[in-house]
Amino acid sequence: MSGERPVDGPTLTNDPLGVGYREREESITLTPLERQIAEQRGTGVSQADTALAPETELLTLNIGPHHPATHGVLRLLTTLEGEVVREVKPLVGYVHTGIEKNCEDKSYWKVIPLIERMDYAGYYFNALAYCMAVEKLLGIEVPKRAQYLRVIHTELCRIHSHMLWLGTSALDLGAISMFWYCFRERDNVLDLFEMSSGQRMHTRYIQIGGVAEDVPPGFVEKALWFVRQMPSRVDQFADLLDNNEIFLQRMRGVGVCSQERLLELGVTGPLLRATGNPWDLRKAAPYSSYDDFDFQVPVGTTGDNYDRYRVRLAELYESCKIIEQALEGLTEGPWITDDRKVALPPRHELATSMEALIHHFKLVTEGIRVPAGEVYLPIESPRGELGCFVVSDGSSKPARVHMREPSFINLQALSDMVEGEYIADLIATLAMLDPILGGIDR
Amino acid sequence: MNTPSEQSGQPGPGNTLPNAFHVTQPRTPEEFRARQLRARDMLRGDLEGADLEKFVEEAVVTTTLERALNWARSQTVFPMTFGLACCALEMMSIVSARYDVARFGSEAFRASPRQADLIILSGRVSIKMAPVIRRIYDQMLEPKWVIAMGACSSSGGVFSNYAVVQGADKFLPVDVHVPGCPPRPEALIHGIIKLQHKIKGRPDLGWRERYAADGSEEWPYGRAGAPHDVNLEQLIAERRALGSNGSGSNGLGVNGDARNLPLPEAGDA
Amino acid sequence: MPDAVGLELIAGELRAEFGDDAVVGTSYHREQACVQVDPSKVIRVLGHLRARAEHPYPFLASLHGCDYLPEAPRLGIHYELLNMRTVDRLRVKVRLDVDYPQIESCVELFPSAEFQEREVFDMFGVVFTGHPDLRRILMPEDYEGYPQRRDFPLGGELVIFTHNEPASPGWYR
Repeated sequence: MSGERPVDGPTLTNDPLGVGYREREESITLTPLERQIAEQRGTGVSQADTALAPETELLTLNIGPHHPATHGVLRLLTTLEGEVVREVKPLVGYVHTGIEKNCEDKSYWKVIPLIERMDYAGYYFNALAYCMAVEKLLGIEVPKRAQYLRVIHTELCRIHSHMLWLGTSALDLGAISMFWYCFRERDNVLDLFEMSSGQRMHTRYIQIGGVAEDVPPGFVEKALWFVRQMPSRVDQFADLLDNNEIFLQRMRGVGVCSQERLLELGVTGPLLRATGNPWDLRKAAPYSSYDDFDFQVPVGTTGDNYDRYRVRLAELYESCKIIEQALEGLTEGPWITDDRKVALPPRHELATSMEALIHHFKLVTEGIRVPAGEVYLPIESPRGELGCFVVSDGSSKPARVHMREPSFINLQALSDMVEGEYIADLIATLAMLDPILGGIDR
Repeated sequence: MNTPSEQSGQPGPGNTLPNAFHVTQPRTPEEFRARQLRARDMLRGDLEGADLEKFVEEAVVTTTLERALNWARSQTVFPMTFGLACCALEMMSIVSARYDVARFGSEAFRASPRQADLIILSGRVSIKMAPVIRRIYDQMLEPKWVIAMGACSSSGGVFSNYAVVQGADKFLPVDVHVPGCPPRPEALIHGIIKLQHKIKGRPDLGWRERYAADGSEEWPYGRAGAPHDVNLEQLIAERRALGSNGSGSNGLGVNGDARNLPLPEAGDA
Repeated sequence: MPDAVGLELIAGELRAEFGDDAVVGTSYHREQACVQVDPSKVIRVLGHLRARAEHPYPFLASLHGCDYLPEAPRLGIHYELLNMRTVDRLRVKVRLDVDYPQIESCVELFPSAEFQEREVFDMFGVVFTGHPDLRRILMPEDYEGYPQRRDFPLGGELVIFTHNEPASPGWYR
């Protein structure tokens, strides 16, 4: 199957969804002021005179917001000509939660649980980006052990996210047994999370200044057992899928988008690396001691769906390598900064030290005060560059928290990937795009 | 025109499902024994003598058909694949090998609301999504149940803000709330078992009246104009008269409602 | 990141190119460089930074809005530019008045800004002229108000549990 399917048909008009669609949309969207501006710039006029030739007919198909293949509540307005996709309009916002607004009402610590619920498959990454941004505003150092623990947990979370992606994507493509295998491994990761923090998801383990708790005894051994058996599991997954002719036909040469176009559209992460660009923030701008570890950045060649799948599988091996090195190099020491203005004092000091009690009380009731400033801090999440933008006005609540969610930006590339492909390939491409709707809508 | 069977039960007051099987449970041991003896009469011929007595004592349990139906229903609750947010991941993992909700008969997730009995609201409900959810709920066929999974869909959770509906029971009759953020898969399975108990216990559906939530989109119970509220034969006669003299000519029937379309004459088909 | 000197060099270059009033100010805080420019010239500044000869910033990592409530031009829009080769980040900042917030769209320069500009319009009410499809993206189409502004109420309501239901009859309507 080649990426270039010959498609002959009329060129797309500006108003594919029917005469007056844009007018209808704008009439409910715009306030009078905005409508005035819209009229000045000459849009909002229906383009009915550029109608199609009478023998061709475009079909508008609405997919979602409740559809099992959209990985959440994504809504796609597709315009089809026969079975060929002519235009895709993603409509988002169906799980818009207002987290960014809620963050402005919480003290710095209480933001972490909210932030974790944005991209709900990569919750450690959200918390890490936010905590690192606040640490940068505070100007504090994180101890080595805490940095290693952060790396261990974020890489475990990357495995968790990729397992979720592989299971549900294979389910969309009809390979239901992958779902059970992937969820078995996912449960192994969640057991580790539960061991270190007590929760399966949204653990609030990463804390400003370090991590909330040291890992319990037995964690390192269990994690080592997991990462040593994980590569053989990934081999099994690859064996199951790579010998499946149906899977290969829906992957190879489908959903191709050039590297230049992806860069224009702001796409990062495995989607960009599948085209051969080795842009990975863990290598490019190492944070949290990533330069201590020996790992490689897998890249693809053509940037079709198969490369995206292959790049993510290869990332699983690399993540296992990183975790193994971090577990073996885990040094003894504090797991959170000893700055008492930021971190809670140890429990045993509360009975003996007055200052510890005062600090504890102030931290719990009022929270930490962060000096004024603005920081944008990007890290590499399973889906690309996850940036956290925090504005502080000097009080104990952030003035603005914004997440640059990779899913949100990457979704814009969907229409470039699937236009001219078949509708069934739209599902496969969307699965390989790996959008997390909680991250898109926030 | 399809109508629910009116003849087998007395017409409900509009807020309860029509009860097709008006047989009561045995109230006393004597009544139970009497029914067993009636069952023995039915079995006579297959078995005889002491064998028959022994079989009746050990194996015959009498119940009502409605109870048996509810028991069967409770063991085959088909949930809908309806993931909203974080809780959807835990909802998906209840079908995985470790948790295996197939033990409780709910492993067959259905993508279409027409085939599902249970909608699990797994995640936060935004104000943009709430009308969609209500519409999907209305499309489900009776009997249908709702589980609000997690803090967000139960009460809004931590998200007390402009975008989130503060609890799905603002617009849906929720049967079981499962607490947690997100709940563990075991907790969700516990909720499903609680729902099974509720189904077996024949709950009074009258409290759904406040949501106008009985029936489905095609067949709304408890709404004015629903066929089981009126005398059916009289209605048919009225509409035949209406159709023959040509009034209601807008093609939409009485009051512009498609449900009130005139019935065809008997010889039309 | 360009260091503090590099930032001043960029600011000087912009001043030489687009006039002295093009650059409102610079700030170098926590190793992050930020140049604040005049709203009327931001598209030309971005175009210049994107296509600079020796050290371009061709990648728009993020575009977001902010509301600095007590300060005079209330709204702010940040463009996080990135040079992938040297891993340099530069923030271009624009301040807008809240009464008639209008700015030229940068979708033609950076197509990745399309959704993000729609989000800023949705949340802050900033009108991006020249945007191909400026509609609400996250909130419903008929929503009124711009929720991320600081003077917009947080919203939410008291959750009424069953025990106090009789005290407020009809709460569910």
